[in-house]
Amino acid sequence: MKSHFRTIMAWLHTWAGLPCGWLLYLIFLSGSIGYLDTEIDRWMNPHFQIGVHDETADQRAATALARLQERAAGAARWFIVLPTDRNDPLVRILWTPQAEPSGATPRGGSALLDPASGQPLASLHSLGGQFLYRLHYQLHYLPVPLAYWLVGLCSLAMLVALITGVIVHKKIFVEFFTFRPGKGIRSWLDFHNLLSVSSLPFQLMITYSGLVFFAFTYMPLVVVAHYGLDPAGRESFASAAFEAGESYPRSGTPHELAPLGPMLRQAEARWGVGRVNGIDIRQPGDAHARVLLRPNQDSPLRSTEIMVFDGRNGALLGIRPAVGGIAKAIHDLLLGLHEGLYAGPWLRALYVLSGLAGAGMVASGLILWAEKRRLRAERASGRAHAGLRLVERLNVGTLLGLPIAIAAYFWANRLLPAGWPPRAAWEGHVLFIVWGLCLLHAAWRPVDRAWREQAWGAALAYAAIPLLNVLTCVRHAPSTWLAGDWLFAGFDLATLAVGLAFAALAWRLARRQPAEGLRA
Amino acid sequence: MSHAFAPGRRAIAWRLAAALLAGYAATNGLAIGLAALLPGGKAEAVLAATMLSFILYALAVLWAFAARTPGLAWLGLLLLGGLGMLPYLWLDLR
Repeated sequence: MKSHFRTIMAWLHTWAGLPCGWLLYLIFLSGSIGYLDTEIDRWMNPHFQIGVHDETADQRAATALARLQERAAGAARWFIVLPTDRNDPLVRILWTPQAEPSGATPRGGSALLDPASGQPLASLHSLGGQFLYRLHYQLHYLPVPLAYWLVGLCSLAMLVALITGVIVHKKIFVEFFTFRPGKGIRSWLDFHNLLSVSSLPFQLMITYSGLVFFAFTYMPLVVVAHYGLDPAGRESFASAAFEAGESYPRSGTPHELAPLGPMLRQAEARWGVGRVNGIDIRQPGDAHARVLLRPNQDSPLRSTEIMVFDGRNGALLGIRPAVGGIAKAIHDLLLGLHEGLYAGPWLRALYVLSGLAGAGMVASGLILWAEKRRLRAERASGRAHAGLRLVERLNVGTLLGLPIAIAAYFWANRLLPAGWPPRAAWEGHVLFIVWGLCLLHAAWRPVDRAWREQAWGAALAYAAIPLLNVLTCVRHAPSTWLAGDWLFAGFDLATLAVGLAFAALAWRLARRQPAEGLRA
Repeated sequence: MSHAFAPGRRAIAWRLAAALLAGYAATNGLAIGLAALLPGGKAEAVLAATMLSFILYALAVLWAFAARTPGLAWLGLLLLGGLGMLPYLWLDLR
């Protein structure tokens, strides 16, 4: 006998999940793929050679400084990202102009540097894995603030669904080991429970930390209450909470920046050669300039030690520890766990699988909603109501349509003409056009046929990617295996495996007994 | 699973509004008050309270639907937000 409270929680679980389900599925799917962003970047820019230019940190920093001087002299902040591991294959420069008198945050800029020429990469050949990664929190075509709030609302719904899901299930441990396949709704429920329970810690972490990323966007009033409404208050909070209380005012007296070489050598002596990842220069060209060096992240803690140098003479002023206060440490740990930048290949694979389990959890929840109501409708009147028909079609067109659209994104990368200026942007448009077509197809075909046809479509779209790669690109699987280039071979093998998985799904769907009664 | 609980549309709308609006107000009130009470310096306390606010918000949503009537859902959340603000009003604005 279920208590009234648990009944309400079950209701809330259902209705928190359903309206946000399709967007959550997109967030989980693109976010999971985003854990392979730099690998996908390389697959989508096959002619780009990296790792052949063996420069020291000094040389790279000098090139980056020259570019910053040309583009952003007089800026409040320069930031140089040096390649240290998989996360940053190229040197990146970023800059922030001086604050405007009105207090508005000025727009900065950034550029990737071509390792061959040392010049900013002129035009993008491909949006790469970064597009899929950004899709999971910025969406596309929408103003960024609106996207943040939409994603935040979905994340809150997800958090509510996770908590109510746990409350609803008494036998949570048993469900870990229960799967009864081939039993219709019962199997979907088992599948939903198994995925959710086994990956629950990850899902809680990823949902909560996702909210913490934009904590001050969603919940700005706590800072306002304690630090005031004006930008100066906000800055004083940011400085106290995240900069160890430091601020970096300009003196107004120009002074040449001390050479970075000696600072880099001190940092490499401390952290190891090739580990300096961030060169953060505050008020460059001013007598109050500071240079902050940080190593790459080697643990889930996002914050690292920071060496602070006087930008005028290069003297080491101090070393800020990675952990200051407890709240900041928890904040940095949550963000570091979410991003997974510290993860090596095996842990990264686990991240991808856990994220996909999240997508599967959302997908099975959506399917469960529809299957239950279809069964009920068939038993009662034999007619599906409009809401059910809408959900069924959105399910096909998104749960299968979105993977197909992502495959189309990879196809577009290989098939759009190279050198056509808007080609990178069109890779993204192709994704959304194909998703739209899949939704139309789902609206037009009978539901079970739509499932089967799109499952075959997804199987074909993924399994044929290695073939597409052979036909259109020099770095295809057999030649890459021979050359030991595991990235390209791995991508081809992964798409082949995904294709086979969709083929297995299509085959199962085809074998399924057609249910009695209506076919809307 | 959901047969036993089938509230009317109007009740759902009121509870949803309570969850999102009164819930947001209650969350902010509680977090602002919590930041005044937490140890470890003002910035740390504000950061901790802001991070904790999402669990508060999620629980507020649960309450909005679990309360006996939609009116109680609103009342409870607004009262909680107001009470939550008290430490802030007492300690910080004195």
